[in-house]
Amino acid sequence: MPDPSSSDTELQALTRKQNTKSLLRFITCGSVDDGKSTLIGRLLYDAKVLHQDQLEVLQKDSRNCNAGSENIDFAMLVDGLAAEREQGITIDVAYRYFSTSNRKFIVADTPGHEQYTRNMVTGASTADLAILLIDARQGLLTQTRRHAFILSLIGIKHVVLVVNKIDLMDYNEQVFIDIKQQFGKFASELDFSSIDAIPVSALCGDNIITNSPNMPWYSAEALLPFLENIEIEDRSSDLFRFPVQWVCRPDLNFRGFAGTVASGVVKVGDEVMVTASLKRSKIARIVTFDGDVPIAEAGDAVTLTLNDEIDISRGDVLTHIGQPQDHGDQFQARMIWMSQEPALVGRSYLLKIGEQTTPAQITDLKYTINVNSHEHVAATHLEMNALGVCNFATARQITFDPYDQNAVTGSFILIDRISNATVGAGMINYGLFRSQNIFWQSFEVNRETRSELKNQTPAILWFTGLSGSGKSAIANAVEKKMLADGYHTYLLDGDNIRHGLNKDLGFTNADRVENIRRIAEVARLMADSGLIVLVSFISPFELERKMAREVADDIDFYEIFVDTPIEVCEERDVKGLYAKARAGELKNFTGISSAYEAPIHADLHLDGANATPEELAKIVTEIISWQR
Amino acid sequence: MHSTKRTYLHRLEAEAIRIMRAVAVEFERPVLMYSVGKDSSVLLRIAQKAFFPAAIPFPLLHIDTGWKFAQMIAFRDKICREAGVELIVHTNEQGRKDNINPFNHGSARYTDIMKTQALREALNLGKYDGVIGGARRDEEKSRAKERMFSHRSKSHQWDPKNQRPELWSLYNTRLNPGESMRIFPLSNWTEMDIWNYIYLERIPIVPLYFAKKRPVVKRDGMLIMIDDDRFQLEPNEVVEERSIRFRTLGCYPLTGAVESRAATLPKIILEMQQGARSERATRLIDNDEAASMEKKKREGYF
Repeated sequence: MPDPSSSDTELQALTRKQNTKSLLRFITCGSVDDGKSTLIGRLLYDAKVLHQDQLEVLQKDSRNCNAGSENIDFAMLVDGLAAEREQGITIDVAYRYFSTSNRKFIVADTPGHEQYTRNMVTGASTADLAILLIDARQGLLTQTRRHAFILSLIGIKHVVLVVNKIDLMDYNEQVFIDIKQQFGKFASELDFSSIDAIPVSALCGDNIITNSPNMPWYSAEALLPFLENIEIEDRSSDLFRFPVQWVCRPDLNFRGFAGTVASGVVKVGDEVMVTASLKRSKIARIVTFDGDVPIAEAGDAVTLTLNDEIDISRGDVLTHIGQPQDHGDQFQARMIWMSQEPALVGRSYLLKIGEQTTPAQITDLKYTINVNSHEHVAATHLEMNALGVCNFATARQITFDPYDQNAVTGSFILIDRISNATVGAGMINYGLFRSQNIFWQSFEVNRETRSELKNQTPAILWFTGLSGSGKSAIANAVEKKMLADGYHTYLLDGDNIRHGLNKDLGFTNADRVENIRRIAEVARLMADSGLIVLVSFISPFELERKMAREVADDIDFYEIFVDTPIEVCEERDVKGLYAKARAGELKNFTGISSAYEAPIHADLHLDGANATPEELAKIVTEIISWQR
Repeated sequence: MHSTKRTYLHRLEAEAIRIMRAVAVEFERPVLMYSVGKDSSVLLRIAQKAFFPAAIPFPLLHIDTGWKFAQMIAFRDKICREAGVELIVHTNEQGRKDNINPFNHGSARYTDIMKTQALREALNLGKYDGVIGGARRDEEKSRAKERMFSHRSKSHQWDPKNQRPELWSLYNTRLNPGESMRIFPLSNWTEMDIWNYIYLERIPIVPLYFAKKRPVVKRDGMLIMIDDDRFQLEPNEVVEERSIRFRTLGCYPLTGAVESRAATLPKIILEMQQGARSERATRLIDNDEAASMEKKKREGYF
């Protein structure tokens, strides 16, 4: 938008300057009451980024909570949530933004309390630098050591030790020197590339913006100038890594791979490969909305096109030829646990790494780490906020790098399959069984060849419905009809599997998940062998059916809802179960004392009350052969 | 981890593009909340960039309260036509029939019925599971703590004490049936970043953002523009012509203007650098009490 006025060039220069600023993301951490929120409030106040109305609200709020105090309570600026203001503590990460003439800052203010360590880890995961606050009166505390250790674990290289409340120690230099030395000794075992120390009073503003006359003995930079000038070491690997996020196919003439460069640099003409498939090609174009570019580097969100039509999908990672990633289904990682429910060996979680998501389990908990002594302690489970080193096995092969070489392709989160909460965060140490040298063989005999022999496309037909809805009868009729038509099929019955493969499982939440996981995995294996698999299973919860669909992955999956009203099922009561449930003899009986969530994404909806199993089976076979 | 060579706007843009793409691939029914304001204009541009050369693979949703500035509606229709995107407009029909308005029903009740309830209605109707919004963390205190991918219960409620930790750039998008996620790709942007980006990218915005003489009245310490003849004047109120512009746009009877002569983007940016008030101060609904936004958000307000 051109501006005709004379001030235009000046203004444009100003705006350009805004845009050429660099970005520094830092985290403030330390123990409770060290004054973190006050320090950030002070930085915002002194850097003059507070608006008049924010100050007014602040002064009003300060009066509400802290009657009689003359000072502005700077912590009020960052402790945003009502619960925090009442309790006077920081329970969540707060992000704050300010900029000076040459740098823009994103600050993560993180909690000091031990039960919120996971939030501190969250703030640290995206930071370039950490401010570690220490109360001059207290010196190093357990929580300070813990935080320093977590910072080094996350891979933060630059730490600034801010010794706060030095005014309360009469600006005594010796106090500062002692703390600095004490920390230096402790941190020598940790992997930081720079440790600086600055004595401040956040409340009084000493050594925040300019050097304070109260501490003539301190001649290095005050905090804000320090943050403006520090050079951040680029710790990402030089190796090119491009996780494919989305395949862009607007028409038949364009096939691009959209994603964000995780590390390294890529140029048009570069030879690239996918570690998982060993397929290779050359970069044809680097496409952006603003026109093609010759080169893309770490952090750039672009779309790549290749010279050859090779099969690449979401989750694949492009690298340069000869620089493959690790590839395998077992690795060792260090992990921080973030859930009330402890981490259990053998339990199935979802693991998300880059653009790849797969079921995974902890196969071995090697040890937990005592963050104070750094000792390794044997353990059977990981409690919330605990750090541990574990071996993992994933259901599918994944590509990855060790975290120390690449934070983007080496970090992952674990998700609980029932609650969907993020329960763990991990950093990969290395692949196990030298998986980096063993590549997945594209077997000569695969699903395609096996199904060709059977002259059919494998599929899973998942029948869900109440007990007595007619699922098994319909599935049975479908199988009979398909057999007659020359198809190769297999019928898996939920009840029958509980007598055999799953007889070790009960009805707890964890067992329920394991039960469905096994049935889904068996169905997938059978389909992979070329069969059309019919599964008859009440599967009352949407979540369970979703999980089964996910396990099936790229195999055709049909969710078939046998919709028979409970009154009809109860009248049929083939197995006499409804009578027992009504009499209170059966607990958690679906439809009576436990819910049935009707599918909202069913591929096929059958009215089980008004037709015979044979009629319904005919619909199933017709629709499915038509859809294929 | 990331390059320090690229400028911060470039990095913010790349982050937003990545989030935009994540929504498209990880949700079954994504939608972009388009409010016609400057942040929405940036969101729309980011979406165009994210999927180029393909079209934006989800619709835009506008909650029309019936009290938006007339220029906003004209701008909305023009931009959506030009961008070739699908636009869904939703109004709380019952509220409209009952003639719920900011004058007779008060800002709180009006906002609840015509905005919060209308939004919930529209989201339920479309069964949207991934809802993109233009909120920024620098706008307001409770937003400073909200995740980029922010979980909502079946009744669209936000539980600030039970947010999923968000590490690195790994976003947990898993939902149970009926739940949804609000996604804020511009979380790390500030108001200044938005203006700079609009300037550098030459993004079209509603002309109300530029200073011009417009008819206003002073009410509760704010300058309210008279956008049409439905405005109910108090007995002692006088309509004056003043040179004003808007920093945020919403329903015209509830949106305060600032006196300004900044009629171009560079001048707005310059004025901002000297400016003293934060942008949400021009919204009537935020000023009720300090924790009011958090309360509204828990109830499902965007």
